[in-house]
Amino acid sequence: MALTTPSSMGGATARSVTEGLTRKGLDVRSKVVETVLILMLTLSLLVLMVLIVDLFIRSWPVWTSRAGDFLTTNLNSQNAAEAGIGQAIRGTLILCVVVAVVAFPIGIACAVYLEEYSSTSLFARLIRVNVRNLAGVPSIVYGLLGLAIFVKALDNWNGGRNVFAGGLALSALVLPIVVITTSEALRAVPRSIREGALGVGATPWETIRSHVLPSAAPGILTGTVLSLARAAGEAAPILLVGAATGLLRTGSQSLVEQLQGPFTALPVVIFSYARQPGDEFRELTAAASLVLLVMVLIMNGVAIWLRNRYEKKW
Amino acid sequence: MGQVEDTRVANMTDHEVHLEATAQHRSVAAGGTDADRAVVFETRDLEVFYGDFRAVRDVSLDIVEHEITAFIGPSGCGKTTVLRCFDRMNDLIESARVEGTILYHGVDLYGSNVDAVEVRRRIGMVFQKPNPFPKSIYDNLAFGPKLGGVKKKSELDDIVESSLRASALWDEVKDRLKSSALGLSGGQQQRLCIARCVAVKPDVILMDEPCSALDPIATARIEELMQELAKEYTIVIVTHNMQQAARVSDRTAFFTTDVNEESDRRTGVLVEFNSTSKMFSNPDDSRTEQYVTGRFG
Repeated sequence: MALTTPSSMGGATARSVTEGLTRKGLDVRSKVVETVLILMLTLSLLVLMVLIVDLFIRSWPVWTSRAGDFLTTNLNSQNAAEAGIGQAIRGTLILCVVVAVVAFPIGIACAVYLEEYSSTSLFARLIRVNVRNLAGVPSIVYGLLGLAIFVKALDNWNGGRNVFAGGLALSALVLPIVVITTSEALRAVPRSIREGALGVGATPWETIRSHVLPSAAPGILTGTVLSLARAAGEAAPILLVGAATGLLRTGSQSLVEQLQGPFTALPVVIFSYARQPGDEFRELTAAASLVLLVMVLIMNGVAIWLRNRYEKKW
Repeated sequence: MGQVEDTRVANMTDHEVHLEATAQHRSVAAGGTDADRAVVFETRDLEVFYGDFRAVRDVSLDIVEHEITAFIGPSGCGKTTVLRCFDRMNDLIESARVEGTILYHGVDLYGSNVDAVEVRRRIGMVFQKPNPFPKSIYDNLAFGPKLGGVKKKSELDDIVESSLRASALWDEVKDRLKSSALGLSGGQQQRLCIARCVAVKPDVILMDEPCSALDPIATARIEELMQELAKEYTIVIVTHNMQQAARVSDRTAFFTTDVNEESDRRTGVLVEFNSTSKMFSNPDDSRTEQYVTGRFG
């Protein structure tokens, strides 16, 4: 049987196909949608860029005149020429360490229980819903919790208004976020991996430890580091717990004494300096904000780096 | 073109000839008649429920050691559900409930003091989709034996090599044991999963449509492998491919879906369980005949 080609049919088919396939005018609607989407993206990026550039310009005098001094000296809301953020950087770092030590293990353990052990009972579902609700509780409420519970519990250390009470309040704040992100990472591990491990005689815990947690690690790490960045940027809870906003001298104190004594952190210092009159404090506020922003961006960068590193491996 | 076709046919025939030869060899080696074989699983009136829904009912069959038993039937007839009862994989599905009895060497698998972990150590499973762990080839195979208490590196090395040889994968991967198992092809991954199963020296290997995600060449390799493994292990395989059941198995169970006229509820039932040659030539039940000849299902 001879096959017909378009040319052998006198081009009638070819002509109708050509007509059918030819673009008919401009697709205005999809162009408009695309343009709007790009506009929105640019707008949101622009806000961040303007913020960073603005902060940089405003804080320029600080960086040119006393950058090193500013980064290392004490909190001082009276004299702008002597004010710095040394203690605040240290305070924020210690707060992050407390959050990492307290909130991460507890949060990951909660998520592993909820996802891997708890049944689909009403009780377990109730807990899940409430964890989500807790993530939406305003941070100032966690500050009140910190004041009511952690400050009281640490009463014999400087009346409880120390960096650990602040760290515990922040831990309570990010705990639901850690639970939720870890749960999502665990849920993303395919069931076939669990079945494979159970199929060769692994107990549920052996399956979780050897396969589920390692597979979920990139997601867990990303979520926890991002929650750390959230904790680093919070002012309200630690203000309520009693972070110093006025004067703080830690000159000759040992590290242990400093840990037990009054503390401050970057968001608190920004809050404090922003309330002071005078251009010099404006500059200091901008400089401190820039430092906090850079710290948070570095943490987010670490989260992305960790995720890529682990994903590359397997 | 004709030549390619011829070669393919010739290959297929070779494969089938080989399968037949090994199957015969196996039955001769094992002593021939049914009377000499022990029953591994005695299943009586098995019913499986998912919540209120009865997925399968009235399953009574015996799985004989060193035989390959195939479960065939249309989709949704409960073959996989029944298979997963044998290693208590259904325990993972919270709403699943098993009634009736499955005796494993005379012991009730669902007895109150039976440890599901110990059951799974003796009864291995190969899944429909290859599911290697996202780790190295070596770690995939060493995981099971390590759980079983094997600690010495040399011992683990031996187990890894022997199980890879048993699954005909050794020559292909011996130079890259430390590389990721996810870098293997689909057929290799499935053979790795079989090796992982063999590495813990189970008594029974359950296979849930092990070839459904593989091409014909990889399928042929796995079928040959099953014949080899049946010398040492008892194998139960779920398959959608009737030719596969006919090629590899000694006995075949045919399941189908029974629709309740009143409630319109579908339940899987075991229609017939007989020797494979009888099932495919002269089955007792007319539904089996219709299914294997392609007129139904």
